[in-house]
Amino acid sequence: MERNIAVLVGEVTKRFPGPGGKLDAEVVAVDHVTLRIRDGEFFSLLGPSGCGKTTTLRMIAGFEHPTAGEIYIHGKPMGLTPPYQRNTNMVFQSYALFPHMTVARNVGFGLEMKKIPKSEIARRVQEALEMVRLPHFGPRKPNQLSGGQRQRIALARALVNRPEVLLLDEPLGALDLKLRKEMQIELKTLQREVGITFVYVTHDQEEALTMSDRIAVMHHGEVLQVGSPTEIYERPTRRFVADFIGDTNFLEGVVEQQQGDLVTVVVDGTLPVVTQSEQAVSPGTQVTVAVRPEKIRLLPNPSRGEYNSFPVQVKQVVYVGTDTRFRVRLSDNVTLAVRAQNLLSTADPDAYYGDSNTETYAVWLNDAGRILLD
Amino acid sequence: MSASTTTNEKRGLLNFIRRRPGLQTLVLIFPSLFWLVVFFAVPLLIVFVYSFLKRGPYGQIVWEFNLGNYARFFDPLYLKIFARSFKIAGLTTFFCFLFGYPMAYWLATRPAKWRNTLLLVLMIPFWTNFLVRTYAWILILRDTGLINNALMSLGLISQPLPLFGNDFAIIVGLVYGWFPDMVLPCYAAIERLDFSLVEAAQDLYANEARSFLRVIFPLTLPGVVAGVMLVFIPSLGAYVTPDLLGGAKSVMIGNVIQSQFLTVRDYPFGSAFSFVLMAIMLVATLIYFRVGARTA
Repeated sequence: MERNIAVLVGEVTKRFPGPGGKLDAEVVAVDHVTLRIRDGEFFSLLGPSGCGKTTTLRMIAGFEHPTAGEIYIHGKPMGLTPPYQRNTNMVFQSYALFPHMTVARNVGFGLEMKKIPKSEIARRVQEALEMVRLPHFGPRKPNQLSGGQRQRIALARALVNRPEVLLLDEPLGALDLKLRKEMQIELKTLQREVGITFVYVTHDQEEALTMSDRIAVMHHGEVLQVGSPTEIYERPTRRFVADFIGDTNFLEGVVEQQQGDLVTVVVDGTLPVVTQSEQAVSPGTQVTVAVRPEKIRLLPNPSRGEYNSFPVQVKQVVYVGTDTRFRVRLSDNVTLAVRAQNLLSTADPDAYYGDSNTETYAVWLNDAGRILLD
Repeated sequence: MSASTTTNEKRGLLNFIRRRPGLQTLVLIFPSLFWLVVFFAVPLLIVFVYSFLKRGPYGQIVWEFNLGNYARFFDPLYLKIFARSFKIAGLTTFFCFLFGYPMAYWLATRPAKWRNTLLLVLMIPFWTNFLVRTYAWILILRDTGLINNALMSLGLISQPLPLFGNDFAIIVGLVYGWFPDMVLPCYAAIERLDFSLVEAAQDLYANEARSFLRVIFPLTLPGVVAGVMLVFIPSLGAYVTPDLLGGAKSVMIGNVIQSQFLTVRDYPFGSAFSFVLMAIMLVATLIYFRVGARTA
């Protein structure tokens, strides 16, 4: 086993009994999940609610135990080790600050339980409060803090113990958008500084893309794809991943031929879409090609060379501030979503992009499209 | 015609009240205010005045102000009864907590759809009349009762165990009688507890015992204190239970007050005794509010 793996989730399955303990109504929350989380990395579990991401996190923390499989933290099998004997700490979605203790007592709780000398606790608590930029908040009670401040105290309470792994369960979920964006950057910076492995659970794809070194996309208890934010976004391998993260056009078609890593897929019987694929696909296979709306440009003339270029009819133009969104018709059965950044400051996008009567071409690079496995 | 005039007059009266918020409040609280004054404040005042008067030779009231009734309270005989009452009420409260808190914890951590049913099951025995339930304990505890008969016929004991007519019997009866009053407030507090706090404690290296002592118990303390008050106060002033289960030797404050009013017919002394008891309860209640304010 690699030495630099902080958490190894090995073939873990978690089943919960159905209502009333009925075995036939069992829920499989996590299904044969394997994850190798590297030491010092910011790793996100991303997926919609009920995908098993929180259950996976809770199993790493020790609040739940796997039905099958094993979790290793720095090579040690965790088995039924209770949370209080694991060198992991968790930042809860609700923060879970003890309401009857001051901020300082909250932050020092873990150290106190570990029977660290009082003077050292005081010093480390102060350091932790300074780290989250709330140095004077020690004597306050949690109910005297704002949401953002509670969030930071929860972070300080976990980090002060210098855990091997820090687990974060949607910690920014309760904050408003602006504060959340600030905290995303702050969390990432903090993680770099302390160098502790972060395992971060979120359903917010943008949050995961912003902060993570690597992301595991989960759905129905399974891990669909693991990769860096760019890999996940630019090279999704599964339909769900492409759909869940960002917007995507799905073009269904049949493989015509493969030349090197370029595959030609005939979409809707007539449109030869060229796309890149690292793996061999035999002609005649039904596949889906995914193309991001922002990779497609609308031009007045067709482009040749490494481009896909098709005449289209513009059906809809929606101005959304930063971008303009188009719906264009590629063929009778296929429409595309196209997004163009508003580089020019004109009030009338039609002046640049034409209306439905002007000849328009949808153009995208051959390597912009991805062939999906399902 | 006359009917419409009365309606108008009525409307006039209603409008008259509506336009005066102060009067409106007075009209609304009048029934309860009347009740409180006539049946609570006035009798209490009478008792208070009596407590400073004297008993005549035939049990009548002699209008002569004195503090003798309160001084008599310090008679070793009565102090002993007071001390015994405190001991019995204290032990009753302690055992109610000892059995009631785990029970409340168990109830509050059941699936939500079962909780109300289980609470109902807990309450059902208490729908039976209090006297009947206390009599039942006589049949269980007395020398020829259920327990002693069973143990003797099994040959485990040759003499009946002293289960009846003593402090033990009173405590059994009181614990039984006030048990739900401990369970319910504890249950309410535990049910409100955010269990992610318990997980947080365990995540921060506190084992089960420490997360109980440092998080669960302090956060449910207001419920415990409410339960303690609800059990301790009526136990301290208990009258029926010691009367039926305690026998002649185990007398409590309640029995003294009862005998002063009904047997000895020393109304002033009974009144003074009642006021001492009330003062103690008032102090206990104030402590409760202070604890409640601190934890909230």
